Amino acid sequence: MKRITVHEEWCLGCHLCEYYCAFANSGGDDMADALRGVAIRPRIAVEDAENDVHFAVSCRHCATPRCAEGCITGALSVVDGVIRLDADKCVGCYTCILLCPYGCITPSEGKPIQKCELCLNNSAGAPLCVQKCPNRAIVLEEGAVPCAL
Amino acid sequence: MRIVIVGNSTAAVGAIEGIRLFDQKSEIIVIANEEAHTYSRPLISYLLEGKTDLQRMKYRPDDFYERHNVTALLGQTVTAVDAGAHELTLAAGGKVPYDKLVWAAGSRPFIPPVQGLDSAPYYTFQSLADAEKLASALSPDSRVLIIGAGLIGLKCAEGIAGRCARITIADIAPRILPSILDEEGAALVQAHAEKHGIRFHLGNAVQSVDGNTARLADGTALDYDILVVASGVKPNLEPLTAIGAKAGRGILTDANGLTSLPDIYAAGDVAESLDITDGLSRILAILPGAYQQGKAAGKAIAGFPVPFDEAMPVNSLGLFGLHMGTAGVAKGESTVTQTDADYRRFFFADGKLVGFILIGDLHRAGIYTALVRAKIPLDTVQFDPQKPALAAFAPAARQKMINGENA
Ligand SMILES: Cc1cc2nc3c(=O)[nH]c(=O)nc-3n(C[C@H](O)[C@H](O)[C@H](O)COP(=O)(O)OP(=O)(O)OC[C@H]3O[C@@H](n4cnc5c(N)ncnc54)[C@H](O)[C@@H]3O)c2cc1C
Repeated sequence: MKRITVHEEWCLGCHLCEYYCAFANSGGDDMADALRGVAIRPRIAVEDAENDVHFAVSCRHCATPRCAEGCITGALSVVDGVIRLDADKCVGCYTCILLCPYGCITPSEGKPIQKCELCLNNSAGAPLCVQKCPNRAIVLEEGAVPCAL
Repeated sequence: MRIVIVGNSTAAVGAIEGIRLFDQKSEIIVIANEEAHTYSRPLISYLLEGKTDLQRMKYRPDDFYERHNVTALLGQTVTAVDAGAHELTLAAGGKVPYDKLVWAAGSRPFIPPVQGLDSAPYYTFQSLADAEKLASALSPDSRVLIIGAGLIGLKCAEGIAGRCARITIADIAPRILPSILDEEGAALVQAHAEKHGIRFHLGNAVQSVDGNTARLADGTALDYDILVVASGVKPNLEPLTAIGAKAGRGILTDANGLTSLPDIYAAGDVAESLDITDGLSRILAILPGAYQQGKAAGKAIAGFPVPFDEAMPVNSLGLFGLHMGTAGVAKGESTVTQTDADYRRFFFADGKLVGFILIGDLHRAGIYTALVRAKIPLDTVQFDPQKPALAAFAPAARQKMINGENA
């Protein structure tokens, strides 16, 4: 299955992916309108490390996902390799937040939590962060990602 | 092969999903004394609170049994196991033969020896049926007394707070949530619950109940209309211990869930697991662990064992809007930071993070859990007690974590 890989050596630290992610999940069709005056809550986050190193992290869609296995309601499940959220079932207990080794599930506004669903849950249809990364530091490619920790 | 699973909750679902990863053919029969489609037990308080409903609280979709080719015998109690003959006895009469058995029977409420309790009406809070019974007994002017300030008592209080006039919680323990919180954290959460109208009598056991009055150790008399007993749970292990299964407080198994009896596996709240954070075998009584133990048993039965060797306490819960997350052990050397909205305590041993208590902000807290689970020496990461980040890891380790082994 195709997964998002991130290349920190190419990441400029521009944080554009965060804005595109917020836009893709906003439901709007004009980016400026959708994001004007909004404190964005993206499902991808760029970390800025020492020595001018930057990298983006979003759900790794782990092969053995602790979040879905530990979800107390069944709101998180694996559908065709993608960890999907049924926000209707979620009560916001945050067990998944405590279990995700990547810190990729976050509280949300309106719904209890949010996570990257590879843009299958919105009208972008394919990850907008990948499409819009100016330096191709975020790519969608074949590869198995184990849950390393 | 015929696999029989006793239980229809988290561990049972884990076992079914574990089996069906590899084995589509074997017959699977689920037997449970509860009538309901598999549901999320922790959601019974959310149900009473109106934050979920019977449909949404189903732990798996309506077509779960069908899709996994499972025969569900619901509303049937298993009373005995014959390990030699490989068969179960049902309370309703009749035997069910098995080739492999998964005992995932969970736990039941522990009823403390309080004088008068045997003749006084009381409620428990462990199942959907319990929640429904309690809900129908409550009225806007009910005064409720809950015995037990642990997770179940507190979640019960939160669930019914909008449906009654007054809630008082009494516990023999001197603080709330003693199994997951430290003294300071417990005091904070207690103050928060008190702001929402909950009254506490701690370090003060209920000694007797009589009519509608409870007497506490310090002499206080508390009048109530509804009594809820939430003093902990007891594993449903008797049918296995009766035939010699090795057990401590819970059934003992190996990392694949196999008990000391041939072809009998056990998983979930009925079984112990090896806590990797302190090396002790105990019942962890958490839903993620129940799923993982069940799944490990299922994989082993299907012939593809993947030992579950990372059991540890991880608890996340919200109470009246305040979130808390804890993991690992809560003893030894520690650091604390506290602000108005946030309490953070980290425990260290041998240069590693061994546990934490966070109250308030849980943002990216799973990164801390991973540090505990993987026992990462802290001299190889830049541990930040305020802001968990993957940037804390050395670049090579980080690359491997994020992009996988082949990165
Ligand atoms: C109010 C409440 C809140 C909770 N909140 C949380 C939380 O926030 N996070 C968390 O991690 N955990 C929580 N828990 C704990 C969690 O629910 C358990 O860890 C989990 O349900 C264990 O699953 P299990 O499959 O082992 O057993 P159980 O869920 O106890 O299920 C046991 C099953 O066995 C069946 N059974 C038992 N005996 C027999 C028999 N003799 N014959 C036939 N069938 C039998 C029952 O019908 C049932 O289907 C909570 C529990 C309660 C009660």
